[in-house]
Amino acid sequence: MADEENVKKGKLGEEELESSLEEKVYLASQWQLIWWRFRRHKLAIISGIILIIIYLMAIFCEFLAPYDPNKYDIKYTYAPPQTIHIFRDGKLVRPFVYGYKMELDPVTLRRIYTSDPEQVYPIYFFVKGDPYKFWGIWEMDTHLIGVREGTMFLLGTDRMGRDMISRILYGARISTSIGLIGVFLSFILGLIIGGFSGYYGGVLDNFIQRAIEFIRSIPTIPLWMALSAALPPHWPPLRIYFGITVILSLIGWTGLARVVRSRFLSLREEDFVMAARLCGAGEFRIIMRHMVPSFMSYIIANITLSIPGMILGETSLSFLGLGLRPPTISWGVLLQEAQNVRTVALSPWLLLPGIFVIITVLCFNFLGDGLRDAADPYAR
Amino acid sequence: MFQYVLRRILYMIPTLILIAVVSFIIIQLPPGDFLTSYIAQLSQTGETVDEATIAALRKRYGLDQPYYVQFFMWVWGMLHGDFGQSFEWNRPVSQLIWERLALTIAVSTFTMVFTWILSFPIGLYSATHQYSGGDYFFTFLGYIGLATPNFMIALILMWVAYSVFGASVGGLFSPQYVEAAWSWGKFLDMLNHLWIPAIVIGMGGTAGLIRTLRANLLDELHKPYVVTARAKGVPERTLLWRYPLRIAIIPWISTVGWSLPGIISGETITAVVLSLPTTGPLLLRALQSQDMYLAGSFIMLLSFLTVIGTLISDILLGWVDPRIRYE
Repeated sequence: MADEENVKKGKLGEEELESSLEEKVYLASQWQLIWWRFRRHKLAIISGIILIIIYLMAIFCEFLAPYDPNKYDIKYTYAPPQTIHIFRDGKLVRPFVYGYKMELDPVTLRRIYTSDPEQVYPIYFFVKGDPYKFWGIWEMDTHLIGVREGTMFLLGTDRMGRDMISRILYGARISTSIGLIGVFLSFILGLIIGGFSGYYGGVLDNFIQRAIEFIRSIPTIPLWMALSAALPPHWPPLRIYFGITVILSLIGWTGLARVVRSRFLSLREEDFVMAARLCGAGEFRIIMRHMVPSFMSYIIANITLSIPGMILGETSLSFLGLGLRPPTISWGVLLQEAQNVRTVALSPWLLLPGIFVIITVLCFNFLGDGLRDAADPYAR
Repeated sequence: MFQYVLRRILYMIPTLILIAVVSFIIIQLPPGDFLTSYIAQLSQTGETVDEATIAALRKRYGLDQPYYVQFFMWVWGMLHGDFGQSFEWNRPVSQLIWERLALTIAVSTFTMVFTWILSFPIGLYSATHQYSGGDYFFTFLGYIGLATPNFMIALILMWVAYSVFGASVGGLFSPQYVEAAWSWGKFLDMLNHLWIPAIVIGMGGTAGLIRTLRANLLDELHKPYVVTARAKGVPERTLLWRYPLRIAIIPWISTVGWSLPGIISGETITAVVLSLPTTGPLLLRALQSQDMYLAGSFIMLLSFLTVIGTLISDILLGWVDPRIRYE
């Protein structure tokens, strides 16, 4: 940047600038080059920021959620979202929500909620509300936003009058972490199996390749369904969660193994590997010190691209009732409530967890695409 | 070519055996054998359990024998059309699966053709009009299609149809044809209903195919031979169809083969939401009630379907690209 300014001031000639930029490129480390290239993908950068926000939401969900996700209130079943208003009688005031006025439809016996301009509930920061244990350690009862009296259901409520926004935030914790842990497991499997396959080649490689082809030829959802149906129903939620993660990654490792293998195959013949071998480096050292760093960027890009599959897998399984089950809250479990078209037609906000799934998956796809393009900074 | 086809078919055999093994493992996964759950189910409804029947069933499926004997008995039975007994329905599995499997094949094939027909012109357009408004539009739509779970698309479509048109879009047949025997009318009626599942299932796959064709064609379009041909005055249209497209289409065809497991997968979950009379809903129920012979047979046959589909696409690939035949 400083160089460009100097050009404007006429201190540096065009040629000098070019050479100094070139020098910078030559001196930069691989990761720096990757970063420079990645920075140019605006969409990937934006997606990355959105993902950071989503994960922060998942980490601090207890504090961000206005209510306890399991607190039910039969007075407010299927209540529509309340909108935040900032103008009252034409004047700008502290943001507030209107209360509900509930009527019973005489024919269908369905509750019809309308907002009641008589009831005004201002919204405050850091209100005392439902008690919770932050990260399961500290007892707290402060929520980021909330109302001191009345209700604030910004995304409506479900069949039992539970606050959707709180449930979506808690669901984010399970749904997004299952993707990360699942990918981590399949990464380890893929690295080991793909590494063996690519480094040693020969019969072992052939065998592993056939195995991968076999796994990829089985339709995933039926297989996932069968495996997760076999998880004993009496298991505690946490163990079911890990069971599902293991099932997802047992099938998901094949893509990563293929990438690792092809990288190993091409790097095995490189001069620097031969040089390391001639210097007497051990096999483990060659792999860990020389080969892995040079294809790490590909792996990271591929990991990013395989997280969405895991998230979609969990969502689909839970939606079918074969994955996580209530009282565990995940986006898939929440979508289970929206299985009936009539329910969806009457309370469309039940589909909102799906929007979160779509946004998360989209962002991972964009981010992964950007990373993949940046992964090989030496290619033109 | 004949040799190539023969080699492909021979390659298939170990895969089919492995699929049978995996399906058998799935059948054995839930604790206890299926007779225990059968007896439990019978005593729950207050029926008396006939000792002789149970002994006969135990003998027929070799449940008193070691696992490998059971496996071979199961495979042997299947080769003779005996897929075991469904306890939820109290009927042989073979009576339950064939019609549903046929409908699954119909839906999947239709979806496949649909994705081909849709993705080919769009991919072609996107590559020849790179960075145009249409290209961005289809790319965006493709990303959305990839990111949205099948069942969400199905739900949203049903919701829109229900709240805007007041019609329900589930099922594969109109009410008057559901129980009717097969006829020309029923067939046409099914074609009328196949659209929605095809769109729902095909959305994700179409996006992938479009991107493959676009990327491959773009690679080819900038090669020197295209420039040479253009410099010699070959008309754009002839140029595109005669040279780059023929090369770009090859990876596209192989992707078509790989997209089949995805289609069968998507079909399973979409069928549950749209309540199609295909394998999906029955498989789900079988798994929920641990009716394992039924579930295992479904998983095996669905996997067979994808393997056969991949075989067909491999043969197509060998037919289009001679290099592969002599590999």
